[in-house]
Amino acid sequence: MSTVLTAADLRGSRRTWRVIKSKLMIGLTLLSFIVVLIPLVTVIGTVIAKGAGIVFRDFPAWFTTDIPVRTRAEGPGMGPAIIGTIVITAAASALAIPIGILAAVYLNEYGRNSRTARTVRFLSNVMSGVPSIVMGLFIYVVYTLRFGLSGFAGSIALACLMLPVVIRSSEEMLRLVPNHLREASFALGTRKSRTILSVVLPSALPGIVSGSLLAVARAAGETAPLLFTIGIVTKGNWDVFSGPNTALSAQIFRNASAVQAGPQERGWGAALTLVAIAFLFTVLARLATSLYQRRQAR
Amino acid sequence: MSVTTTSHTPTLQERLRGKGGHADRSFRGVVYVSGFVVLAVLALIALTMFDKSRAALSHMGLDFFTSKRWNPPGEQYGVLSYIWGTVYTSVIALVLAVPVSLGIAIYITQVAPNWLRKVMTYVIDLLAVVPSVVFGLWGILVFAPHVLGFYKWLSRTFDGWPVLGNIFGPNPQGRTFFTAGIILAIMIIPIIVSISREVMETTPQTEKEAALGLGATKWEMITGAVLPHSRGGLVGAVMLGLGRAMGETIAVALVIGSATGQITLNALTSGNSMPAVITAEWGEADTLKKSALIAMAMTLFVMTIVVNMTATAVVNRSQKRMGVR
Repeated sequence: MSTVLTAADLRGSRRTWRVIKSKLMIGLTLLSFIVVLIPLVTVIGTVIAKGAGIVFRDFPAWFTTDIPVRTRAEGPGMGPAIIGTIVITAAASALAIPIGILAAVYLNEYGRNSRTARTVRFLSNVMSGVPSIVMGLFIYVVYTLRFGLSGFAGSIALACLMLPVVIRSSEEMLRLVPNHLREASFALGTRKSRTILSVVLPSALPGIVSGSLLAVARAAGETAPLLFTIGIVTKGNWDVFSGPNTALSAQIFRNASAVQAGPQERGWGAALTLVAIAFLFTVLARLATSLYQRRQAR
Repeated sequence: MSVTTTSHTPTLQERLRGKGGHADRSFRGVVYVSGFVVLAVLALIALTMFDKSRAALSHMGLDFFTSKRWNPPGEQYGVLSYIWGTVYTSVIALVLAVPVSLGIAIYITQVAPNWLRKVMTYVIDLLAVVPSVVFGLWGILVFAPHVLGFYKWLSRTFDGWPVLGNIFGPNPQGRTFFTAGIILAIMIIPIIVSISREVMETTPQTEKEAALGLGATKWEMITGAVLPHSRGGLVGAVMLGLGRAMGETIAVALVIGSATGQITLNALTSGNSMPAVITAEWGEADTLKKSALIAMAMTLFVMTIVVNMTATAVVNRSQKRMGVR
């Protein structure tokens, strides 16, 4: 830690040693970044190397055929899981994104620094720390027990996980909207709701979209909340509201503990598909952010 | 200039405001309700979890928390060994992740040139995009089998040492507390880095320049100005990482080895953690066992909530002190 320097420290060999130590420690900080690169590169590399084969074999087969009923069977077929991931995540987004944005509007435009708003903000942070498995059990108790297994049960659980993320990022974006825009709008006699809908939200839109897309990317990869709520199927089910469903993440989990080569390969294929989906949404989010920054710069 | 609209004074306000006082009020209502969804969900979680776990808790009493006997056929449900698994793997993850994350955050905020800063931030964020189940798949099929050789070396090297000899115990396996800790460390690095980065960025330029002006080297500037200034926020960042690690389920379930009753310092042996047990045993559980698993989830919920609340409070306080927000 910080020490008191004497004049001698500033000259000669003591100084040289201190400079060397500084270079050494900074070298270590760079090393720590390289250490983290190793697992990242290995994980993504393995997923591509082991997954690409099955995904691109007889090209559309992976995306269109059903999952083999016999777990041990070899060969492609992940269509139902792709359908499941799409409909479940879409329904979760349809629930969480509007509510999240409106809650952020409450926090930044209405509640501000009131005691209630501070409580809501604090609890929303707390909610973002609720383990995903707890969310899954919670939805099992309040929804699945009554209405049975369905994709929508999984969607509600995912929505609960997305909500605090959307609230947080949207609120940050709303806070960046300059106050003079609001004042200009009020000066024209526009009502508060009108001001928010046609001035504040549009100018924060790219940032909000970016945050929401990141939340979607995270949600698409969640596994634990789906295990108790959606069940498992081998045939595609586009109906998110009724009947059991399946998802890529659930299929990866199931195949990961298999010992045969066939299911393991399907697990890798599903992992590649899922990672590709998550990356796609992250890239879209980045595009939205750069759009936002360009607009800010103008 | 004469006032021309005296007879219409009320309508002036009406014209300015336009129609839609009703819309204004209902919008306000919708927004308030959305804000309270968070409160409602959290309250519902607490209520339902408590309600559904009562059966198991009244069946077991305090033994639920203090016994390590988990024997569903004999209706004995003690979760102590799973609490240990959750805490131990999370602590291992922190020990591995914290120095690395702080190093990265220091390099990004204090050393790297602008372009590299962006690239490094992207790369670390990329790590957060990989779903946890993918880390689990990699962990069980690639990492655990390959790391065994390294574990054997660790076990041999530290044989007989105090503490380290206990942690790296004899007869290592592939799927262990330590494997779970390593995978967790990889997964919590992005969150610790991103918060530490934000905190370190708020160090005033003047303080850093003052340190350099007094003859400090770059490293002394970091330890003397940047770290003391951001200490509170860094503690919060680490605690948020801890909360994340404790609640992580799928990756841990795949690589921890699922062994019951393990309360040991030996990190190179199989164990189990609360979320992993819930995942593995939910399927074939009867009513009482389901209640026990929900009680376990509630225990986990309370633990993570306490950690997260403290972390959030610490981060908020340090940010307020630094004048952010």
